[in-house]
Amino acid sequence: MDQPKALPTNYVTQPDKIATSKGKTVRTEEMIINMGPQHPSTHGVLRLEIIVDGEIIVDAIPHIGYLHRCFEKHAEHMTNYQQVIPYADRMDYVASMNNDWAFALAIERMMKIEVPERVEYIRVIMAELQRIASHLVALGTYGIDAGAFTPFLYCFRDREEILDLFEMTCGARLLYNYIWVGGVSHDLPQGFIEQAKEFCTYFKPKIKEFNDLLTYNEIFIKRTAHVGVLPRDVAINYACSGPMLRGSGVHWDLRRDDPYSVYHKFEWEVQTGKGEVGTVGDCWDRHIVRVREMEQSVKIIEQALASIPEGNVQSAIPKRIRPEPGDIYVRTETPRGELGFYVISDGSGSFYRVKARGPAFVNLSVLPEISRGAMIADLTLIVGSVDIVLGEVDR
Amino acid sequence: MELLQHIGLEQNLLTIVLVSALPLVFILLYALVTLYLEMKVSAHIQDRLAYMRTGWHGVLQPFADILKLLQKEDTVPAAADRFLFKLAPFVVFAGTYAGFAAIPFSSAYIGSNINLGVFFIIAASSLVVIGILMGGWASNNKWSIFGAIRSAAQMVSYEIPTALAILIAVMITGSLNLQEVTQYQSGGIQNWVVFGGSLPLTQKLLILPFTLLTFFILFIASIAEVNRTPFDLPEAESELVQGFNTEYSGMRFAMFYLAEYANMFLVSAVAVSLFLGGWSSPFGEALSGPLWDLFWFVAKGMFLVFVQIWIRWTLPRLRVDQLMYTSWKVLTPFLFLCVFAVGLILVL
Amino acid sequence: MTAQELLDTLSSRFGSAILESKLDVNQPWIKIDGNRAREICLFLRNEPSTRFDYLMCLSGVDYNDGTLGVVYHCSSMEHKHKIVLKAICSKDNPHCQSVSAVWGTANWHEREAFDMFGIIFDGHPDLRRILLPDDWEGHPLRKDYKVQEFYRGIRVPY
Repeated sequence: MDQPKALPTNYVTQPDKIATSKGKTVRTEEMIINMGPQHPSTHGVLRLEIIVDGEIIVDAIPHIGYLHRCFEKHAEHMTNYQQVIPYADRMDYVASMNNDWAFALAIERMMKIEVPERVEYIRVIMAELQRIASHLVALGTYGIDAGAFTPFLYCFRDREEILDLFEMTCGARLLYNYIWVGGVSHDLPQGFIEQAKEFCTYFKPKIKEFNDLLTYNEIFIKRTAHVGVLPRDVAINYACSGPMLRGSGVHWDLRRDDPYSVYHKFEWEVQTGKGEVGTVGDCWDRHIVRVREMEQSVKIIEQALASIPEGNVQSAIPKRIRPEPGDIYVRTETPRGELGFYVISDGSGSFYRVKARGPAFVNLSVLPEISRGAMIADLTLIVGSVDIVLGEVDR
Repeated sequence: MELLQHIGLEQNLLTIVLVSALPLVFILLYALVTLYLEMKVSAHIQDRLAYMRTGWHGVLQPFADILKLLQKEDTVPAAADRFLFKLAPFVVFAGTYAGFAAIPFSSAYIGSNINLGVFFIIAASSLVVIGILMGGWASNNKWSIFGAIRSAAQMVSYEIPTALAILIAVMITGSLNLQEVTQYQSGGIQNWVVFGGSLPLTQKLLILPFTLLTFFILFIASIAEVNRTPFDLPEAESELVQGFNTEYSGMRFAMFYLAEYANMFLVSAVAVSLFLGGWSSPFGEALSGPLWDLFWFVAKGMFLVFVQIWIRWTLPRLRVDQLMYTSWKVLTPFLFLCVFAVGLILVL
Repeated sequence: MTAQELLDTLSSRFGSAILESKLDVNQPWIKIDGNRAREICLFLRNEPSTRFDYLMCLSGVDYNDGTLGVVYHCSSMEHKHKIVLKAICSKDNPHCQSVSAVWGTANWHEREAFDMFGIIFDGHPDLRRILLPDDWEGHPLRKDYKVQEFYRGIRVPY
């Protein structure tokens, strides 16, 4: 059997263990430091065991599970499918709408439910608003990782507007339980469309403001260009997805490449990293992909708002959810990438088995590959550019 | 001790101690104001309000903060080197405070009018590095030692550009005594060293680009000297979680904090004395006199402190290697060029 | 490449390692021998006509009939086709070949399957528990799992 090809790693330096000083050989030792679970730059309770030679990282070993809430075990023990949606909300708590949708879609595909057109439009609007909100959190905290505090508050100011829209729709600001199997919990409230349109006009100039403040800042570019380079083949081999994959120059977006819902009706473009200021696949590329995706999301929202049809949003909600025995894997594009649910039904009213394939979980697994040879200061930026939400990594 | 003669008091131990304690009073007052200023400026940069509840627009908040710090338990980590750990904040503050001795606050007040004033300030502020190293090492914490080592490397590197920039001002004014340097610049804004000093017009025009550049570099280097963003690597809350002062609490932490703020004013004061006319009024003889002088000096100093705050809340942070690169490969060569050019022009 | 063509290619090359298949469902699957998973997956990844370069998901399953399963959801970015592979092992001796050398992403998924089902992946570089503490007893997603009474002095069942 032929051996698998060795994966390229981006070792910058491989530190010598033996140094010479004044003709004598001196043995230097590596130091092991513990970063997290309580550390401001690990975005939650990620723990990194890092082996350093001076400031240079020899290896970084992620330890996860500090936020494990047994999603899969809980799901098996619920008495019906609908009860699991609030749990799905709490997986990626920065992008709950997208989680709900992925979950609902899995059941709908299993039961072959056709949802009304209006529901599809509402879901697209909500998912894209959520994508903007989630990217705003990612980009703002990325600024903090780089030492710039101000962009963070600007991002949260704009995110607030989106959360207001969500609150108006379903009463919740973070964990919505809005997208149900076959429909949504409430129709759009009065005035929503106007306010959402207003938000779109308000938000577009803010992206430019953010870029001026952070993205094109000379120091920020110096810090993120050529750092944490994730080559294309490694990204695919590690099944990275979302901005992580697109940042490495792979033209891949599930909304286009594994179509679901009504995304094909709108005009938008998949954004990829091009290595404008550094190497393709560096931290800056992942950053700019997120920024540009926000612009694309605004575009989608505007089109969806303009052409949303009328209809009953609850007509397709099944009275009893009881899929045929069988299994299905359904994947959708969340802000962090491919969120998949592998669902096995045994014909009863609740799950036989559900496996959640979280994008952050998979994206994080490539971290050791891209952080070797970087400096400690780079590591915080690399972790930030992966954009993990520990709630979903640990589930 | 000109102040004593000025107000007609006898020189005895008590009055000397009181007069030397004046900068301490100033530092404490200044720290209160700057604490408030930092929070308010950052808040307004960030589109929020900051303190609004403690007093009118939160003016009492700095007092509340200090009260809280005083009440906090003074913890020492179990495995720390207790003696050095407890000593470090005082060394840092002492280094900064000693620097204030040679700063001319007004035509009538300077702690010690020594001939090597600038030299003394550079020497005294080097003590700060020792204090930070001490604190980082004694904490027995890997993150703290990272911060301490970064800090030492950074402050030693940035002393070179600082010293070179100071050298240029000394070349133009011909004195190391800050009081004399200031007197040289009196008589209006056009005589400030940053605008070429009181040289003949042709020389002044030739020298102007170099003095402006030097002042700019001195300001960058002094931000690095006080470990503030974009050069705040020793603290770097997102990487090292406060670096060398992670393990400190209560009063000792406040001491580090106070030293940092005092240092901000110290480097601004040096830059003001050397380049921005010190205590001399920008309008020549108008609005001058001992108290006006004090006003001008503090106003100029506070302006530079404000700029430091402004920069802090705008820019991201550099990385260690980029920091060293900036110092050794950008700032220092430019300053060598300036030294050479200024020397040449002065000989003309 | 359709699922039928894929099945033919695989059976002609690996013969006895291809156990069973079901192609007329929404997501066609092929059951393979878990102890030859690595070479089959490597073939699927490297062969130009299949080119399954993207492992979407790897899940452990307890079928509750004395067997455990590993389910591979593979897709190809180039050809945009998908296939589901299923490998079966017995609960008493749960061994399966690791595919983490084929797809880097399988590393953590296999650790998770080991954590939750106790499937031992032969040839895995770093088979440790990933989500649960290292000293946890049992594998919680097995259908016959009984939660331990105490974990480090803390009562577990509530």
